[in-house]
Amino acid sequence: MEDITPFLLSLLSKPGISGYEESVSEIIADRWRPLVDELTISPLRSLHGLRKAATNERRPTLMIAAHMDAIGLMVKTINHGFFTITTVGGIDPRVLPGQLVTVHGKKELPGLVQLMPDRLLNNETASKAPTKNQLFVDTGLTQKELADLVKPGDLISFAQPPFEMTGGYIAGHSLDNRASVAALTLCLEEIKNYNLDCNVVAAATVQEELHGIGAATSTFSVRPDLAFAVDVTFAKGPGSNDYRTFSLGEGPAIGLGANNHPALTQKMTSLAEELDIPYFIEAMPTSSGTDGMAMQITANGIPTQVLSMSLRYMHTSVEMTSLKDIARTGRLLARFITDLNPDSFSKLFEEKTL
Amino acid sequence: MSPQTKQVLRVGKAQLDLLEELTNANGVSGNEIEIREIIRKKVAPFADEIKVDGMGNLLVIKHAKKPNAIKVMLDAHMDEVGFMIVEEDGDGLYEFEHVGGGDERQFVSKPVSVGSQKLPGVIGSKPIHLASEDEMNAVISQQGMRIDLGPAGKGKAKRGDYAAYATKFIRSGDAIFAKALDNRLGCATLIELLKTAPEHIELLAAFTVQEEIGLRGAKVAAYDFYPQMAIAVDSTPAFDFERPDGNENTEYNCKLGGGPAIYIADRGTLSDPRLIRFLTQVAEENKINYQYRQPGGGGTDAGALHLTRGGIPSVSVSVPGRYAHTAVMLARISDWQDTLNLLQQALAAWTPEILSGDRA
Repeated sequence: MEDITPFLLSLLSKPGISGYEESVSEIIADRWRPLVDELTISPLRSLHGLRKAATNERRPTLMIAAHMDAIGLMVKTINHGFFTITTVGGIDPRVLPGQLVTVHGKKELPGLVQLMPDRLLNNETASKAPTKNQLFVDTGLTQKELADLVKPGDLISFAQPPFEMTGGYIAGHSLDNRASVAALTLCLEEIKNYNLDCNVVAAATVQEELHGIGAATSTFSVRPDLAFAVDVTFAKGPGSNDYRTFSLGEGPAIGLGANNHPALTQKMTSLAEELDIPYFIEAMPTSSGTDGMAMQITANGIPTQVLSMSLRYMHTSVEMTSLKDIARTGRLLARFITDLNPDSFSKLFEEKTL
Repeated sequence: MSPQTKQVLRVGKAQLDLLEELTNANGVSGNEIEIREIIRKKVAPFADEIKVDGMGNLLVIKHAKKPNAIKVMLDAHMDEVGFMIVEEDGDGLYEFEHVGGGDERQFVSKPVSVGSQKLPGVIGSKPIHLASEDEMNAVISQQGMRIDLGPAGKGKAKRGDYAAYATKFIRSGDAIFAKALDNRLGCATLIELLKTAPEHIELLAAFTVQEEIGLRGAKVAAYDFYPQMAIAVDSTPAFDFERPDGNENTEYNCKLGGGPAIYIADRGTLSDPRLIRFLTQVAEENKINYQYRQPGGGGTDAGALHLTRGGIPSVSVSVPGRYAHTAVMLARISDWQDTLNLLQQALAAWTPEILSGDRA
């Protein structure tokens, strides 16, 4: 199997902010084209890659979905060459000072998010945690040099280039959720030479960071018999050590709780045991906070399972995850697919009741 | 005033490449070796004498070719603010301290380069999803952050290793984004000035250590050189923003695009008025864009230089830069060009009479 790292690094070098995913969608499409039978784009611009069963008979359809959009910023106002900003998706304003960004105006301009120096603030606002309204973007260019290059509504993406860490880890912006896109890609590669007894739709969905919009619409179109939402979850790290967090690089997390169909949770757990893939059970008492939420309640209801890779520093420019966990997730999905046929599908739901 | 120098220094590709090399390299206060070695190679073709003193200052001399030449010291500190690893937590996570002045609100979510092996790391803290509302309203404290080398970085760094921001140099039109422009701009300026040292000046260039933690290198460098006058070349913060409350910004310190900032007074130094007058005159006569830095706090190596031995007439000239002591600074190439012009013309125009009168 090909090393997924170069592809992942290229995914992490693209903006693809929610609602504007084309830049990342294009390179996913190029990579998936030889791996699927049909590649289509939904009205909201999610990418669907279909692997057909090796028969014309009716076969169950499995959807594996990972959102490809990323959080970002947007120009709100322009004031003496500086831009005030708003956020697209959930970003902690406290991680923004000192972030290099790209301003997507008429041309792409390097910029820097910063906060007002204390000496220009009053006692109530100085030295405080920065809020969205106090931050601005500086391109280093004067209002005159900027001319009409930038207007309110222009997108601003993180410019931090991705980089490899020691011993099989990677850091960069938008590993949430392009790590999962990489896992889906590995899965498609692994099943490439198999004759399938089920249909598989790999979906790179849009606008997850704005409430699973792509996942809801894609699931409606595909109307799968069962679905996996592949996403990232929290790794243990500074200030992050409770039940919601998992040791980084020590296996994917299999969701358990209302958003997950118990039969699928059970099946994934036994597959992981069988394949000797380390895993965690991720307790999801109410909501998974992933595409799985929207997928499960689509049409007349879709049995759904959430599968996650743990990641440190979610929603920052230096998210960090494990290449090994990406590969493990891809393998788990591939094995589930090659095991799936009409018989195993009906057995899956025979004994389990909700 | 004496004639202008013939060969005018220009900020072209070679100079920007030099600045890129200097800013991408790491030299946290107390660990300046990488910067020193780059500079040593760059100045070797032009220098008459090069030595490293007991603190790590790089002392470079370009002898005068005329008798009774004045000894002029040019000073630029090599060090930058950064971090030191102080404790290992396990799992690739390390506790750290900041070296030099800094605002902890600037630390988090930055890539860093750790130790002499330059291990890739990031500064991380709790993600937004796990932070409570109270936490969201509070500054992320340094105690809540770790330098993270990833789980495989366990045991790879050790107590006392330095870490620097891993920012890479970017140019955008006349703007430059880089770490440590404070004070690699000064270092690059001195390297260029050594190339065109005028014959009537004994040029003593000191690339100093530990400025950010108390002007320590400059003190001993000035003692060694014992010059008749000294100029500290540095980068000074530009706070040239519109105030959020709409009032006039009267505390901008200096402005980007305003040219070299000549210091009149800071926390540690009252610049020699004869040198201020001289630099002003050179700027006016050569039509070089310049500005006076607003008198006030802050300081440069001049704070140590002017107090050395029996006292050395000193002044500071700085390239304005925004966001000093953060991961990414911003400066303008035109300001650097103007600074280079001013200093080059000032050295060329130097006459002994400038310091022969009373100080004020």
